[in-house]
Formats: sequence, C-alpha cells, structure tokens
Amino acid sequence: MDQLSAQFLTFTYRRISSMNKELINLIDISKSFDGEMVLDELHLNIHENEFLTLLGPSGCGKTTTLRILGGFVTPDKGRVVFGGQDITNMPPNKRQLNTVFQKYALFTHMNIAENIAFGLKIKNKSKNYIDDKIKYALKLVNLDGYEKRMPDSLSGGQQQRIAIARAIVNEPKVLLLDEPLGALDLKLRQDMQYELIRLKNELGITFIYVTHDQEEALTMSDTIVVMNQGYIQQIGTPETIYNEPENAFVADFIGDSNIIASMMLEDKLVSILGAKFACVDTGFGHNKPVDVVIRPEDVELTKQPEDGTIQGTVTHLIFKGVHYEMEVTANGFEWLVHSTGMFPVGTPVGIKVDPFNIQIMNKPASEDEEAVGVEE
Amino acid sequence: MIRTTAKKIYIALIFIFLYAPIATLMVLSFNASRTRAKWGGFTTKWYFSLFENREIMQALWNTLLIAFVSSFIAVIIGTIACIAINDMSKRNRTIIMGVTNIPMLNADIVTGISLMLLFISLGLKFGLGTILLAHITFNIPYVILCVMPRMKQISPSTYEAALDLGASPVRAFFKVVFPDILPGVLSGFLMAFTMSLDDFIITHFTKGAGVDTLSTKIYTEVKKGIKPEMYALSTIIFVTVLLLLFLVNKAPKEKA
Repeated sequence: MDQLSAQFLTFTYRRISSMNKELINLIDISKSFDGEMVLDELHLNIHENEFLTLLGPSGCGKTTTLRILGGFVTPDKGRVVFGGQDITNMPPNKRQLNTVFQKYALFTHMNIAENIAFGLKIKNKSKNYIDDKIKYALKLVNLDGYEKRMPDSLSGGQQQRIAIARAIVNEPKVLLLDEPLGALDLKLRQDMQYELIRLKNELGITFIYVTHDQEEALTMSDTIVVMNQGYIQQIGTPETIYNEPENAFVADFIGDSNIIASMMLEDKLVSILGAKFACVDTGFGHNKPVDVVIRPEDVELTKQPEDGTIQGTVTHLIFKGVHYEMEVTANGFEWLVHSTGMFPVGTPVGIKVDPFNIQIMNKPASEDEEAVGVEE
Repeated sequence: MIRTTAKKIYIALIFIFLYAPIATLMVLSFNASRTRAKWGGFTTKWYFSLFENREIMQALWNTLLIAFVSSFIAVIIGTIACIAINDMSKRNRTIIMGVTNIPMLNADIVTGISLMLLFISLGLKFGLGTILLAHITFNIPYVILCVMPRMKQISPSTYEAALDLGASPVRAFFKVVFPDILPGVLSGFLMAFTMSLDDFIITHFTKGAGVDTLSTKIYTEVKKGIKPEMYALSTIIFVTVLLLLFLVNKAPKEKA
C-alpha cells in the first residue's frame, strides 16, 4: 500500500472518530426568569463536527440554551462542560465559541473589513495575518471586494454573510447561530441553507443552530433536538424525527400529520377509530391506549370503498401543485391526505395504510410533555 | 388669501412680542448715548470697556469654567446612569426615569435653596466648588434626557457580539456602544453647557461672597444702576446660548 492512501485512510479514520467525540456536555441545566421555568434539568451532549439544531416553538427554551452556551446567560443549576473543562461561569469573551446573532449585530460605524477584523485585533494578530483572514473569509461567504463597504449599504442576506465571516475568522470550535435566516425572504433563506451546509463542511467545525422552522431543521441538520416548554422532546436524525416521532408534540410540530387516539389490541395490531389496522410495533401490551401518527402522504385512498380498511367521504379538495390536499371524513375523524390522485368532494372512498407507515406512540406520561396550545 | 395674510400677521406679532425686548437690548448695546432715552449714534465702545473690566472678565472665566467642568462631569455620570437604567426591568426603568425628570420640572428657587441648606449642613465652604456641585446636580437629568433615547435605539446584541468576539466589557463599551450613543452624549453635553451658562437662581444661592458668574455679576451691577456695558454683556450671552442651542439641535440630525 502506498503512502498516500495510507494517509488518506488515517485521515478518514480520524474524521469518523472525531465525529463521535463529545465536545460539549450540558448537564442538568435549569434556568428560570422571574420565577418562570424556562429550562428544566436539560441534558444534552454535542459532538465534534456536528450540525445540531435546537428546534421548537417560541418560548420553548432553545434560545436560552444557546445563550447559556455563548455565556450570556448563567444557568441557575447545572454545568456546561466544553472539551472536558467546566465553563459554566466563564464570561463570553473567554469562550472558544462564536455567535451569529439573529439581527446580524454588525458594528454600523465600522466598515466590513473592520467588522471582520474586530476579534483578530483584540487577539493582537499581525496586520498581514488579519488582511489574509479578511480576504479568506469574504471569499468563503462569496463577498470578495466588499472590504470598504459600510454595513448599512448591504442587503439583509449580505449582512448575515458578513456576520458569519466575522465569527469564523476567529477559528472557533463551535459556531452558534440564533435564527440567522429569520429575517430573510423565502428564496434567499433556501439559498443560505445550502451555503451554511457548504460552510460547515469546509470549516469542519460544530454548528449549533436555533430555529422554529422545521423545514430548515430537516434540510441542514445532522441531529435535531426538538424542544417544548423547557424540555427536550426528542433527539435524533432528521429522518428519525420525521418518520418516528416519539410523541404527539413532535409529530404535530414536524410536518403535517394525522394524530389519532387509538387502542393497541396486541403486538402488530392496532384499533384506529374502531377499525383494525396491521402495524409493525410490538411491546405495547394488550388493549393499551396509544396515539397513532400517520403522515398525510402515507394515507392511500381507494376507488372502491370496500377495498379500504375503513370507509369515508371526501369533504375538502385543494390543488397544491405537486399533489392534491384532501380531507376525508371517516368514522368521525377528518383525515388529512396528500395524494397525486384526485377524488372530487363527495366521493365515497376507502382508506388504506401500509403497516410500516403507522407510528405508534405512548400517551404523554405527564402534563409537562403534553402538546397543548402549540402553534407553528 | 385673507386667511394666509392673517396667518402671516399673527405669526409676525408673536415674534415681535417674543423678540422685541431682546432686540431693544441689542440695539441699546450699540447706543453711544449713556441714557436709554435717546439714540446717540452707533458705537462698540461698551463692548471694549466690558472686556477691560477685570471683575466682569473674572466672572466670564468662572462661568465658562463651571459650565465646562460641570457638563463634562455630568456627562460621565449621566452616561453611566443610562447604561444602568437601560439594563433595568421595565418597571424600575419607568420609576427611575420619573425620578430623574423631577429636578428638571422643579422650581429653580426650590432647588437653589435646598442645595444651599444641604451645603450648609454639610459644612462646605461656599465658593466655586459649591457652584460646581450644584451645576453638576442639575445638569445630570438633561444628560440622561439626551443619551437615553440613543441608548434604547441600539440593539443589545452589538454589545454581546463584541463580547462574543473576545472584547472585555470595558473595551466592548468603548469600541461598540459608545460610538453609537456619541451623538446623544454630545447633545447632552451641549445642553448641560447651555443650562449651566444661563443659570442664575441656583448659582445665586450656592455661590460664596466675592465669587461671581456672569449672571450673578449682572444682577449685582444692575442693583447699582444699569450701565450700558451690561447691555453688551447680555447681548453676548444671548448670542452664545442661541449658538449652542443651534448646535444641540443640529448634532443628532447629522448622524441620522
């Protein structure tokens, strides 16, 4: 084996192993503001090289978690460990993390080059070093030649790129991003999502991203942490979160879904709205009340009503471009259905679901976990 | 047509009533005759004799010194106060802003007498020092009034961004926050300078014997009989304050 491929193998090995190494541990973090609990014993491990997204509705504690990581908020209880070192009480200016703020927070009286150089000048880097870094960072965010411009003269998207450039020149191990695309329009937001993925791969550092936008989370993340009311609801890859939501809150928050209170009759058999559906889950016991999640695209409609497991009538029909969105009333429940086939309002249809597409969830154990009053 | 003419006349009348006394004073300051009754020809001699009067020049120096030092110190204290007030909860902020506004609305004579009583009870020696203390005190609310709106405008995340990039809190303040509130700080300084310059009542109660500012000097002179030099001096004060007010109103707009 020649030397080059040996080096390549070591390199690959290191990448894979570093991916698994824990970088940050949030240990039993609690925080309340004015007597209101915002985080309750939050426990989270963040790995090197990970794109981790904290996802949840406003007030779920995701921004507070990020601010605790940045050092702008001190937790009431618990510890923040960074690379084995306790940094719970370390001030923000001493931490090896940099933040990209929601409203860019550029220094308006400085030009772009001075903005980017800010952190490096504090570290007393040489002028050559700083100039090189500015060039490199501007190239990385596709804004070469903008050194002498003032922040006011840039568009929102450009300002956001400068904010990212200003953070990454300091070579942080972790970049914290607080809803950085929140103020941008849809098209720009989608472009920036690809930009961020590219940046993360080129820099090879950890990104911790806060958003309430489930699409953003699904597109970019390695790991999604779904939060609600100060608790983590589920941690997993985008695929796991979408296909196997652990509770009704996650199912409801990530995408459209039909959540139906049902009864687990025995292993691999569930009674939904009085009809028996085959499923693949086991171990829930006999005659156990559960919640069932079925994604609208997984509901199959049949022309002959008797071909379906249960029968219903189409009550709503909207053309959505790629698919039709329909509502089918069957056994008193309004099923949301996405389908490329069209059934006019009033048509009697049958409903079928593939056993693999029926996701069974335990009923919420406590009130805290219950998904109440959630609005996207 | 009639309505617009009537409007113009009305406005003209307002300005005549407002500025006629000052105009009279200014005209008289150039009157060669010693009496107010008749016009003795144009002269600037009162201005020259004014500048040759050593007591008046001493008073002028005192006035400028007190105005400058008191507004400078008030700006420092006021700006620091603004940082703290901005960080408070909404309820506390409203209370503190209310409290700082009271001295501005309070009658000068009440402020003057209460400061005098305070200085006496503290056993302070009346003189330039006590005038200075009094002026700093009444200037702080004006500084807060000018700086606070700028402070509220700037986003807290620029300060946090500076910390995040490694700046110490002090450095973050001077590099990032201060340039943003500078227009407010400057107009606060000019406002305080103006207030200090034209104060009479509070100075009157807090000055010691033999120490005078321009306003108290004029008051003493007028008691002895009005000299034309006083017209000249009043004219100078009026023009200076006018210029400063012009600067105060101009300063924040340039940045915006």
